[in-house]
Parts: sequence; C-alpha cells; structure tokens
Amino acid sequence: MENTEKVPLKKVLLICSKGTIEDVYAALVMGNGAVMEGIETKLFFTFFGMDAIKKDTMNKLHTATVGNPAMKMPGGLPFPTWLGGLPGIEAGVSAMMRKEMEKLDIPNVDEFLELIVAGGGELYACKLAADMFGITKEDLHDDVKAIITVGDLYAMCDGPGTQIIFT
Amino acid sequence: MATKTYAGVNVELNDEGYMTDSSQWTKEIATEIAKQEGVELTDKHFEVLEFIRNKSAEGATLTIRGINKSGVVDAKSFYQMFPGAPLKKSTKIAGVPKPESCI
Repeated sequence: MENTEKVPLKKVLLICSKGTIEDVYAALVMGNGAVMEGIETKLFFTFFGMDAIKKDTMNKLHTATVGNPAMKMPGGLPFPTWLGGLPGIEAGVSAMMRKEMEKLDIPNVDEFLELIVAGGGELYACKLAADMFGITKEDLHDDVKAIITVGDLYAMCDGPGTQIIFT
Repeated sequence: MATKTYAGVNVELNDEGYMTDSSQWTKEIATEIAKQEGVELTDKHFEVLEFIRNKSAEGATLTIRGINKSGVVDAKSFYQMFPGAPLKKSTKIAGVPKPESCI
C-alpha cells in the first residue's frame, strides 16, 4: 500500500554558495523563515557565499549589473549590459537595492544573521572555501559557529523530515 | 469560523484558531489560549502581548526584527518566551490576526 503519511519539515540545511545580494538574501530569508516556524535551521556558506559571513564584506554585497538579463531600469525598461559595466553603476544599483530592502524592514546581513542565531539557527563556513580564500575564523562574523568539512555537514542532516536546500 | 469558550466567554475564531474580533480579548482569555499553546504567561509576556496588540491596532506589519527593536524584548528572549513559532504563537495569544510577513 502507498504510504501517504505526511512528514512535517523538522530540519533544513541551507547552502549559500553565491555572494550577490539576491543569492545571499534568498538563503537568509528562507533560513530566518524556517527559524520563525520552529524548524531546526542550519546555514552553510561556501565559495562566494562566504562574503555573507565575512566581517569586511557582509554589509557591502553587490548585485550583478552585467550578465543579469532580469535587471531593469527604474520604471521597468531593460537595463543595457554596456551600462552595467560602467564604473560606479554596480555600486549605485546595489546601494539602491539595499535602500529598497530597508524600506521593507529587511535587515542588513549582520543583523539578519543575528536574528537567525537568536532564534536558535546555526551558521557554518566551508573549510575548503576558507582554505582556498585564506579565510580564518577571525575574519568571520562572531556568530559563525565553526568552519566545517562536507562530511561534518552531512552528519548534521540526519533524521526524518530533513531537507537540504541549495541557493 | 468557529466559536470556543475561553474563560467563560464565547470567542470567535478563524480556522487556524486566531481570534477574529480583537476587542473580545482579555487577559483571562489570553491565559487560556496560552495554556493551550503550552505557554505559561508571566508579566513580561503581557508586556510583549500589549506591544503586539498596539502595533496590530496601528496596522503595522509584525516582524521578528520589529519585536527585536521594540525595546520591550529582544529576539532571543522572544524565541524563549514563545518557543517554536514565536510570531504565530504570540499573535494568537494576543488575539490579533496572524502576521502576513516573511521576515
């Protein structure tokens, strides 16, 4: 007989591997949302996603203005790729995006991480990426629990009702 | 839509158990809803509930960040006071609608 029993989501592990505003916030919003629902939550940052937990970069994330076909001008016209490559454009667009997010009461990255941790969420950094970029625990936000290996990561994913989400 | 008796009062509830008429709310009703949610209310809880009720009456969107900045309670204590899903639980106990918020 087919098993139709629903297993509620009990634990999520979110992997953040990219460092643009939208990629990082996708992980943070989903992580914070999970904590808010009482789901056990762990966030794992790797490769360029490390920018989200590095003290010197976490609140200065950018969005890509080149190679981003969904990018629009204010008003909705297409955003020309050549314009995105001009000096200062990416910084300006990114600052604008952060300002719009602030209006919606979306916190800065450091504050967002602190809210997640306040709710019992855990933050981890990838050992391989840390070695590759020469990053040590001191470079990372104080709330990052540890720098761990892939094996450690999978070991945390035990139990029914666990999901791994890659952003 | 259903009605349930809390503290001797017939309270109107929606399908998820949230009060549909916030003006019916009393501390006694809150205490009974809280018990059902597994929360024992203290004076501190009532301070938080009051903040939530005021914000809701203003029509503001409730978020964890807003609670953290309220000056009444920080996020960590808020999670401890209403374990599990704090925003959902506290609004249910405060007799206000479930917050439509992703953050």
